[in-house]
Amino acid sequence: MKRILVGIKRVVDYNVRIRVKPDGSGVMLDGVKMSINPFDEIALEEALRIKERGQAEEIVVVTMGPTDCQQQLRTALAMGADRALHIVTTEALEPLTGAKLLHKIVEREQPFLVILGKQSIDGDNSQTGQMLAQLWDRPQATFASKVELTDSSAKVTREVDAGLETLEVDLPAVITVDLRLNEPRYVKLPDIMKAKKKPLESLPVADLGVETKTRIKVLKTEPPAARQKGKMVKDVTELVEALRQKGLV
Amino acid sequence: MSEILIIAEHAGGKLNPATAKCVTAASSIAGAKMTIAVFAADGAAVAAQAAKLAGVAKVITVDNAANQHALAAVIAPQVAALAKSYTHVFGPSTTFGKDLMPRVAALLDAPQLSDVMVIESATRFVRPTYASNAITTVEVDAGTQVVATIRSASFTATPEGSSTAPIESATPSAALPSHTRFVGLAAAKSDRPDLQTAARVISGGRALGSADAFKIIYSLAEQLGAGVGASRAAVDAGYAPNDMQVGQTGKTVAPDLYIACGISGAIQHLTGIKDARTIVAINKDPEAPIFEVADFGLVGDLFTIVPELEKQIAATK
Repeated sequence: MKRILVGIKRVVDYNVRIRVKPDGSGVMLDGVKMSINPFDEIALEEALRIKERGQAEEIVVVTMGPTDCQQQLRTALAMGADRALHIVTTEALEPLTGAKLLHKIVEREQPFLVILGKQSIDGDNSQTGQMLAQLWDRPQATFASKVELTDSSAKVTREVDAGLETLEVDLPAVITVDLRLNEPRYVKLPDIMKAKKKPLESLPVADLGVETKTRIKVLKTEPPAARQKGKMVKDVTELVEALRQKGLV
Repeated sequence: MSEILIIAEHAGGKLNPATAKCVTAASSIAGAKMTIAVFAADGAAVAAQAAKLAGVAKVITVDNAANQHALAAVIAPQVAALAKSYTHVFGPSTTFGKDLMPRVAALLDAPQLSDVMVIESATRFVRPTYASNAITTVEVDAGTQVVATIRSASFTATPEGSSTAPIESATPSAALPSHTRFVGLAAAKSDRPDLQTAARVISGGRALGSADAFKIIYSLAEQLGAGVGASRAAVDAGYAPNDMQVGQTGKTVAPDLYIACGISGAIQHLTGIKDARTIVAINKDPEAPIFEVADFGLVGDLFTIVPELEKQIAATK
């Protein structure tokens, strides 16, 4: 079966204004709207389009985290994924641990393509896809803005600092996606109903044989230093004078 | 003692300034011994530039035709082979470093810290999360090898020193894959300074109204020798190309002077400019959030103000 594996993460919705807890222990999550990481939604959309073009037969979504994550898996199934895997854990996982767990799933599912978001909008690490590619000893094409598949390879356009780079990678491969790859579809009500019947398998993290101990200890979390509101100037002359005094023009 | 391996980023025989920023970051670790590694087809010119950076103990060149295009899957095993005896392996938090370093971390089975803003000690680091809305201080156990990417906007570049570090060549033994091939790079052609390293940046927003109207921004930028950026709204509207986008989903900039023209100041944009030393905002809406973070704000029509600003700056020269 030609299978694509898509990793998704449950994160604070991107429209929510983040508030740091006053005691510095983290970010306020109680009662906050949670969603699929937006980059992962784009990853799933790309997988669905590949399947709709007849270049894949099955889309499997995987996530890791507590039971609540199943909401996001159901959303992914409603978008069109065929089945879902939930690696159940209540621990915070470091990217390398996440990549090792994904590697176990890759060994089990044998996908010809793994598509992930380029980063999650909570940890902002941008590591997991690349780490998975290395553990799997396969190519990667990160920050993708265009993906073209043939039977044995993928031509991927990447958004890099210097412009747009194009790579050709042999399959199987890992692709991580950037914002402009596509616009994810909206989920319709009948699809939500249908998604309830699609298979969702829970896998206790302990059964996967990966050491999950964290090596990066978070000591404190703080809000960023606020910028002071400056001065309003009345015209260009006053602005140029102010900039000149600071040696900026 | 901390032994730090810094992976040089370079293109066209020139060392990227992000590398000198990694050196600054590394030198905040007391007693750090810094080695820069240059992976290239022919790294001699780049190595010579790296060797001049103040405080660098050694430069290692790894010349190999396979290193021509900085493919992460090809370079990572060579870095890992070289990195065994180092306590820290740093790369810039650019698309080059973000692509490469996690593969290195996976090979070394080392934890990676992305986008490091402050280094408090050999084991304690500060890094942003939630699009820089939550800043975390993290620690690893002493003796844990650390891979990190260094946030360019948070460090100044190390200048050239008075001495030159020795340059050695190395041939790390690593099997290099052939499964990844470089096809091409469509570089944004520009004579203007690079956005992420420019001392001055002028950005335009949706208020410009068209790609053609951006020429008043380009013209002011030319007068100031500035890089040109754009808000996501302006990019999405097609007024400016993708690679000019400044913000959380685009580029993070840290110039001495940032001038935002017709940009309202969405959080996603402000995230990308918060390290600018001085921010100037020009906007017709006095309630625009950009004024909350601007050092100097001017309310008015940018189509009048921007050309006037260019004229007056020209007159001061």
